[in-house]
Amino acid sequence: MSDLVVERSALPQVAPARKPRGGRRTLTAYLFLAPFLLLFVVFVVVPAVYGIWISLHAWNPLLPVKPFIGLTNYLQLFTPGSLTSGDFWQSMGATAIFTVASVPFLVAVPLLLAVLLNQRLAGGSVFRAVFFAPYVLGVAVIGVMWRYLLDPQNGAVNAVLSFFGVQADIPWTVDVPWAWISLVGVTVWWISGFNTVILLAGLKGINAELYDAAAVDGAGAWRKFLSVTLPGLRPVMAFVTTTTILGSANMFGQSFLLTQGGPGTETRTVIMYIANLGLSQNQMGAASAMSYVLFLFLALISIVNFRLQSRRGD
Amino acid sequence: MTAPVLPARRDAAPPRAAIRTDRPAADRGPVVRRRLRRAGLYLVLYLLALAVVLPLLWVLTTSFKSDGDAIDNPASLLPNPVTGAAYQTLLASADLPIFRWFLNSLAAGALQTLLILVTASMGAYALARLDFAGKKVVFGVIVMTLFVPPVIFLIPNYLIVQNLGWLDSIWAITVPGAASAFGIFFLRQFFLGLPAEIEEAARIDGAGDVRIFLQLIIPLSRPAIATLAVLSFLSNWNDFLWPVYVLLSPENLTLQPGLSVLRGAYSTHFGIVMAGAVIASVPVLILFTLAQRHVVESVAASGLKG
Repeated sequence: MSDLVVERSALPQVAPARKPRGGRRTLTAYLFLAPFLLLFVVFVVVPAVYGIWISLHAWNPLLPVKPFIGLTNYLQLFTPGSLTSGDFWQSMGATAIFTVASVPFLVAVPLLLAVLLNQRLAGGSVFRAVFFAPYVLGVAVIGVMWRYLLDPQNGAVNAVLSFFGVQADIPWTVDVPWAWISLVGVTVWWISGFNTVILLAGLKGINAELYDAAAVDGAGAWRKFLSVTLPGLRPVMAFVTTTTILGSANMFGQSFLLTQGGPGTETRTVIMYIANLGLSQNQMGAASAMSYVLFLFLALISIVNFRLQSRRGD
Repeated sequence: MTAPVLPARRDAAPPRAAIRTDRPAADRGPVVRRRLRRAGLYLVLYLLALAVVLPLLWVLTTSFKSDGDAIDNPASLLPNPVTGAAYQTLLASADLPIFRWFLNSLAAGALQTLLILVTASMGAYALARLDFAGKKVVFGVIVMTLFVPPVIFLIPNYLIVQNLGWLDSIWAITVPGAASAFGIFFLRQFFLGLPAEIEEAARIDGAGDVRIFLQLIIPLSRPAIATLAVLSFLSNWNDFLWPVYVLLSPENLTLQPGLSVLRGAYSTHFGIVMAGAVIASVPVLILFTLAQRHVVESVAASGLKG
């Protein structure tokens, strides 16, 4: 292979390797793409547009008439005291609380794990696999198992705490702030291994000579972490923070299974509210409008986050 | 022959005799400190691994406890008595047919994986290896959808699936999800990395696109395709929100929404719910153990592309 490359660079008139022979084959290409594009159009492109159309109607699938109401569904969200605005913004607030509380841990804990795993270790890949393992379990398994382990009366966690003499009836799943602590803790237990693996790959990509140079300059472990590790990790960190923020903002299963959105509706996230309003209460127009408002919010946050991360690089 | 030479461990401490005779006592400090640091590192790692494994052990052991034992001794890792009663109750239940859910999950996972492998590999071949009009637009639109939160599609896709007559069927939980951009994006990356020369040689021999795709690209991409298969199966198996809303009758549920129903039905019978969690976890944990390196490495690579 390397011989071929040398030969090519010596003969500049030869077409570059990547250029396919035979020129454009548009028909062939679309025949190959057809099965995917069929699914993609029907279940991604059409619904993305159809959702906007639904959001412009008072859309209840059980009623024969679905009157066009323009932007009313959107305007109602920004009208205090309307039928939906209070619940919607409360669930947005709950989602914000969860995101702000969980993201720092979902980045810091994996960063710590990645730094530990990046040492020269016997059995490093075994530890990596063990930390990753919870991630392959579905949210339903995570939800029911922790609903039991954190059960205020009969759960293993309170039993262990009481063994160590700590007050043993902590209302992990039924009262705030404990419910938030549980939701964040369970999510950290579930997702950390996933972020760890990505960050570890980033750490391995940092040039080892930079550490040697820092050592020559007399830098200690902490100094090396601040001046070599963190800057070297910046692009991977930006990726991890962004995907983690989006993941937390889309949280559904943990609240659905662990707290049922309670106490009251305190831990009901916006996805939980939209799904329930649209698919259980049949208010599809309002629910669609909310999903687009959420989308705009998340797009905005992603852009701001991206800007911040890249500015730090200057 | 001489005895096999063990490879020297680079982190091994120098032999003791060397320390005692060749070096002054003051220099022993760093060696001791380094050993302590390594011991500390392993201690922290083992404790963290315990934090991952212990909850899973509780789930497993609770599933073999009697109702009374589960309530009286929640933290105990030794069921007393060891009983398969939870599994028996679960497997005998006619209203909550967990074995049926298991088969539904297997079938849905297999069907969606097959759909993704076929559509994504064909599409990725076009995007990676062919030159055609509109390529940039098609690829751009596909990548764009990676950034759209899935909730946008929830209600319109529910209506589309309903109009197709697919509600409460395996089609609802396999076909729409197969349109994900991830698979085609993942395979395209891999196909781009295959050298152009082999393909050119095949073309000179008169091979067409179908033959090149089936007999050259696919066999060369077996590791990537296997990884995508595992990832697709895992994600379908673990899907929760969508099946909760599109699957309606008890016999059509998959394991994940089924677990949620179980929890409601047996809210005080922890052993039974944990037995359900074990049944839902064992297949994915086995799959993960077998394909661990491929899964972890494909996740590791995802951040480096960004």
